[in-house]
Amino acid sequence: MPKQIKLAAHFPGVNNTTVWSDPRSGSQIDFASFEHMARTAERGKFDFIFLAEGLRLREHAGKILDSDVVGRPNTTTVLAALSAVTSRLGLAGTLSSTFNEPYEVARQVSTLDHLSGGRAAWNVVTSPDAFTGQNFRRGGFLKREDRYQRAEEFLTTVRELWDSWAPDAFVGDKKQGVFVREVGRFVHSGPQFDIEGEFTLPRTPQGQPIVIQAGDSDEGREFAAKSADVIFSRHGTLEDGQAFFTDVKRRLAAYGRSYEDLLIMPAATFVLGDTEEEAHEYAREIRYQQVRPATAIQFLEQVWRRDLSEYDADGPLPEVDPDPDAEPLTWGRVQHDKDNLETARKWRALAEEKKLSIRELVIEATTRQQFIGTPQQVAHTVNDYVQSDAADGFVLVPHLTPGGLDEFADKVVPHLQELGVFRADYTGNTLREHLFSQ
Amino acid sequence: MASSELHFGVAIDGAGYHPAAWRASGVEPAALFTVGPYLAAAGLAESAKLDFVTLDDSLGVQPGESSVVRGRLDALLTLAALGPVTHSIGLVPTVTTTHIEPFHVSTAVATLDHVSRGRAGVLAVPSRTEAEVRHFGRRTLPSASEARVENTEVIDVVTRLWDSWEDDAIVRDEPTGRFIDRDKLHYVDFEGTFFSVKGPSITPRPPQGHPVVATYGEDHDLLIEGKTLAIVSVLLGETEQHALDRRRQLDSLYGNEFRPPGRDFVGTPAALAAALRVWSTGVDGFLIRPAVLPDDLELFANETVPELRRAGLIREDYTGTTLREHLGLAKPANQYQGV
Ligand SMILES: Cc1cc2nc3c(=O)[nH]c(=O)nc-3n(C[C@H](O)[C@H](O)[C@H](O)COP(=O)(O)O)c2cc1C
Repeated sequence: MPKQIKLAAHFPGVNNTTVWSDPRSGSQIDFASFEHMARTAERGKFDFIFLAEGLRLREHAGKILDSDVVGRPNTTTVLAALSAVTSRLGLAGTLSSTFNEPYEVARQVSTLDHLSGGRAAWNVVTSPDAFTGQNFRRGGFLKREDRYQRAEEFLTTVRELWDSWAPDAFVGDKKQGVFVREVGRFVHSGPQFDIEGEFTLPRTPQGQPIVIQAGDSDEGREFAAKSADVIFSRHGTLEDGQAFFTDVKRRLAAYGRSYEDLLIMPAATFVLGDTEEEAHEYAREIRYQQVRPATAIQFLEQVWRRDLSEYDADGPLPEVDPDPDAEPLTWGRVQHDKDNLETARKWRALAEEKKLSIRELVIEATTRQQFIGTPQQVAHTVNDYVQSDAADGFVLVPHLTPGGLDEFADKVVPHLQELGVFRADYTGNTLREHLFSQ
Repeated sequence: MASSELHFGVAIDGAGYHPAAWRASGVEPAALFTVGPYLAAAGLAESAKLDFVTLDDSLGVQPGESSVVRGRLDALLTLAALGPVTHSIGLVPTVTTTHIEPFHVSTAVATLDHVSRGRAGVLAVPSRTEAEVRHFGRRTLPSASEARVENTEVIDVVTRLWDSWEDDAIVRDEPTGRFIDRDKLHYVDFEGTFFSVKGPSITPRPPQGHPVVATYGEDHDLLIEGKTLAIVSVLLGETEQHALDRRRQLDSLYGNEFRPPGRDFVGTPAALAAALRVWSTGVDGFLIRPAVLPDDLELFANETVPELRRAGLIREDYTGTTLREHLGLAKPANQYQGV
């Protein structure tokens, strides 16, 4: 039997992939948008819907970035509301291990699992920066090197809390008058957390809610191999995906885990058309809407770490080189290139080779994994990626809120079902069952 | 609203205020860890056109023996799950302000307002237990007065964060390529005794501007933006004797006499209506705490409320859609607008 594909829907919250200027683009705040997308994902038998988290508005050159979608609701609150309007779809929320405490995360995710009948997932992220910290009591207290130590102990502690009630602790015997045999007690004493007491909730329908990890460093991969059920990665192309897949799965054995225990789900966008040409034409249009002239300059400034506002986005790259010592100009976006001189050198070579303007270069250099084609082509490509171990499935990021997923659910999913690589209907009720039993 | 009309909220905590309520109620005990009973109770309150429901919470387990309800869902998330499936009723969870980051409090309550389309409130309560301190391990127990001051600071910064986006900050201005007008976003730059917060919020200003903020008063009442609602615990029966019998039964199941603090009513639904009328002097309304859910809430909604309505003490129907409108509170001006 071929590998079965996992699918998640990323609610396109705050980012520069959402095309807000399209007339079909709706609110990213109104609950109707969340409800629409969740119902679509459930209709398409997706494993889960996924919400990212950002705890401070992004800034560029000292100003709040105003060109992309900005503003999002609180993650767990939206997911709790979605639990009422869906019945099988998994509900995955991102919560930082840096700006929360284990007790509150454990009770929020546990509550979500109870409310949804076993459909909750927590995406553990390790937002490290003092910039975000300015919104919190704890401030920027955590050094970059320490964040995975805290994340690991955080997750361990949360799991201790989730497991603290014995399986038969809740009794509910009205006749004898025994509500609980004994509430869950915990004691955790470690370098990060020194806490003890009683946890709020019995074990959840899933026993333990699903744990997702997003983060790509060596520490991040190791953390996922040791502790996560799913990795949300950014390695979407075939070669990158395969390399990442091999690397991460290889790490599992050291923790006594097998190949199937950790699912790899990269982010991917998709563009569909009635013909292949139409799809490519539409994909091009989308990229130009996403990368407007001002956005192109900002991207360049992010790498150059200089004010380039005098440059024309439709003109050539600046003569001046990046400033290797300058502070980053953009805050609140994860910095992925560690060496900006090196990135700039590559960009310059690319621009010279293909005779690209600033805007064309940025479009070329920042385009991520996209599945482009007719619904049938896209279904086949997605399946090829999964069967050739570039991924176990994908977290799909539509360009449009909230209707961008409809086409995928209605047109691509049936092809995947025909290929026998995606469920015709849910066979279980919990997210854990969707992901791990077939 | 006619001046004689009163405001009503209902506490939908667990199986009711009496410690033995869960044994007398028709609700399955295990269902207290699902959304079902809270939705049913909110539905009853909504069908009686009451203003809001409250749901109690803390960052620890309720004290007591194995014979009482211990363990509960997060109140804000539970009421968020009611948001899309109720229509008019206000949703007021207790939120503990001492151990939770004020930034998270502000976005969570704002989001409750977004998912309920303007029906959110928050009962902001400081934590006063050693148990909660040990669950977080970051600080010692604040004194009562420190906790009160901190609670006030949290409410202050939460309110500022709600205002940190002006209502029309999202412009989607295609010609200039601006999704937001950044001049309509504001840093709150809050520096308090207990914490500081930079802002702006990540969540746009909620539909009500400010969800309704409630606190507990000294005297078993609920203070809501200048209004005072007296808290009344109610145990009802078709006759007074029936109500007294029910109380005796509950007490005997519990093994002790249990008397709730504050105003404690035992009697018929009609007598309750008369008592509320008497007690209404000097207050703007009541928070009703039913002894057993849904039983006492059903009697209250089906029998006391019609009496009150006949007496002109409760509105005929909702006249607005937001909790502010139910309570006769205006949408607050934005403290940063035009600054
Ligand atoms: C696909 C992906 C999605 C992410 N989503 C979020 C997010 O929603 N919120 C957040 O604060 N960080 C997010 N992160 C950032 C990571 O949690 C982490 O801080 C960052 O990747 C740096 O960690 P690393 O050095 O292990 O890569 C994401 C990272 C990846 C790779």
